[in-house]
Amino acid sequence: MAFATSEEVLEAAVCVDLYRTMVRIRSFEERIRSEYHADKSPGFDIGAGRIPGEMHLAAGQEPVAAGVCAHLRPSDAVTATHRPHHVAIAHGVDMAKMAAEIFGREGGLGHGRGGHMHLFDPAVHFSCSGIIAEGLPPALGQAFAFRHRGGDDVAVAVTGEGAANQGAFHESLNLAALWRLPVVFVVEDNDWGISVARPASTAVASNADRAAGYAMPGERVENNDVEAVYRAAGRAVARARAGEGPSLLEVHTLRMWGHFEGDPQTYRGDLATVEDRDPIPHYRDRLLEAGILDEGSVEQIAADAAAEVERAVAFAVASPEPDPAAATSYVFA
Amino acid sequence: MTVVDQPTSRSPAVPPRRLTMAKAMVEGIASEMERDPSVFYLGEDVGAYGGIFSSTTGLLERFGPERVRDTPISETAFMGLATGAAVEGLRPIVELMFADFFGVCMDQISNHMAKIHFESGGNVKVPVVVTSAVGGGYSDAAQHSQCLWGTFAHLPGMKVVIPSNPADAKGLMIAAIRDDNPVVYLFHKGAMGLPWMSKTHRALGEVPSEAYETPIGKAVVARSGRDVTVATVSLSVHHALDVADEVAADGIDVEVLDLRTLVPLDREAIVESVSRTGRLVVVDEDYHSYGMSGEVIATVVERDPSLLVAAPVRVAVPDVPIPYARALEQAVLPTPERIRAAIHAVTR
Ligand SMILES: Cc1ncc(C[n+]2csc(CCOP(=O)(O)OP(=O)(O)O)c2C)c(N)n1
Repeated sequence: MAFATSEEVLEAAVCVDLYRTMVRIRSFEERIRSEYHADKSPGFDIGAGRIPGEMHLAAGQEPVAAGVCAHLRPSDAVTATHRPHHVAIAHGVDMAKMAAEIFGREGGLGHGRGGHMHLFDPAVHFSCSGIIAEGLPPALGQAFAFRHRGGDDVAVAVTGEGAANQGAFHESLNLAALWRLPVVFVVEDNDWGISVARPASTAVASNADRAAGYAMPGERVENNDVEAVYRAAGRAVARARAGEGPSLLEVHTLRMWGHFEGDPQTYRGDLATVEDRDPIPHYRDRLLEAGILDEGSVEQIAADAAAEVERAVAFAVASPEPDPAAATSYVFA
Repeated sequence: MTVVDQPTSRSPAVPPRRLTMAKAMVEGIASEMERDPSVFYLGEDVGAYGGIFSSTTGLLERFGPERVRDTPISETAFMGLATGAAVEGLRPIVELMFADFFGVCMDQISNHMAKIHFESGGNVKVPVVVTSAVGGGYSDAAQHSQCLWGTFAHLPGMKVVIPSNPADAKGLMIAAIRDDNPVVYLFHKGAMGLPWMSKTHRALGEVPSEAYETPIGKAVVARSGRDVTVATVSLSVHHALDVADEVAADGIDVEVLDLRTLVPLDREAIVESVSRTGRLVVVDEDYHSYGMSGEVIATVVERDPSLLVAAPVRVAVPDVPIPYARALEQAVLPTPERIRAAIHAVTR
């Protein structure tokens, strides 16, 4: 399916914003990756170092986060997954507090209690969960609350394609459609659910086809194309804001790195082509060719992103470690 | 990849084999798959990946994709599939990648797998093994670090086994597969001997080459002592043994009782040990309240409260989700420091 041909050209400012968001995300993920591995050698030990635990990074999946979240405002809700950073950044989660949470510091979003799979930023109605597909039902509730309160805020639930085989996914689609909730379901198809290739997990070729079973529109965007994501998400968000109910959007994207850091990826036959498929240089070249960006602005965007990430990491490492004496706090309100 | 470190040999000249718990577990599965064509393994990333925690390394290569099956992320469906297949005479082993994910499929486990034998008046057997990774200590936070054995053990109809060492990992696996009941087999990530996780120096152990069963429902004295019984399971057995060695220098002689099975619980072994030592510490990496630690203490008190010459002490997770930050997590886990303090408190 191709959508791009019949579409009007995006405004240059929108294109630049999409590009900038992608670069900010990549800059963050690259930095977290190097911090994560900095003190885990010799011999990778998952629990060691300044950032311990599992680490799921989203390099290659920036077009989804950038294209979808460009339509959102801070009052809209977003639920994400175990791979949450790209969506969090695109939706405006405080990068410094997120970094501090990833470093397990008191100044983090969850005072070091949650960690990278459990980020909560109520200022922008953002949350995520490490349990596959379990971010969908709460998004329904946020949408329900928004409608109850009045206004046209929406909720966006992001999942991987692996999650689309989970009961919570199907229950949520039906309930959202039945109650015409202002929800947008976004499926990031990165071809892999850990080591299981999409054809080995999923009976349908496109999860967008599943939308028909729940009486809602479904679209699939190919080629990890940020502008196509932007357009398709625009339709889905507008529909939700207008009170017309939920939509399902699947994007064929790319997991450039391992499922988690340390993943040997020996199961993966498509590694050789990953670098060529990196969406960021492709989009940069497109914008350079169109004269929307020049070399100077490309450098400026990269430098600004690096500086922002530097500030976030500096905030994180300056924040104190949580006090073990308070290890049992926050269980109850 | 082969699952056996070196060729099987009966010659007494061959030194005893030492395997990791992961390899011993795989060896138990493989020997039953070899013997019984009705045994098969299903779960997420159990094929080419070999299990996220190496619970199935080499099985796909050896037994093929019909018997070692990667599933979609559809735990309710494949848990129920295991039940149905078992009802029709197969012997499935089904992996729940982390015990923490029980929430998305517990109905199939608790209301179906574990109740069918009872509801059918004994007419329908459900010989399923549910394998699952448990435990924390490496900052995997609140949704990927729980033990939850008390939750499985609380609900009737499933046996619960928790090997702490390679030999038991193999023997309990074989016993679980041969058992005609649902058996939940919980392996601690930190005891598997994984190269990418810090591990106890006891992660390697001697494992006999031949097939054998470790009896379900039998505890074992991992270290005998006169002064205090430390009853525990899983990775905490290793911590308890380490602490026992240390406090021996202070003149405290610790007995470490590895319960190995929570359902059925070896109550006789607990009572027998405490009747000799008179003091009891229960170390439980699960939550403090309503769980294993209370059950072990109640077992003693119900039998004869006068067996205890000092109030028993529990070392467990203080009813808080497992925190992410290392210092916080270490504060709530049953660390060697906490175990040592408990032993001193109860022997004071
Ligand atoms: C209920 C549940 N089952 C299994 C897992 C383990 N797990 C974590 S990520 C993952 C793969 C998810 O694939 P997908 O939804 O496509 O997202 P991706 O990782 O590709 O971003 C699995 C199986 C989990 N976290 N929760």
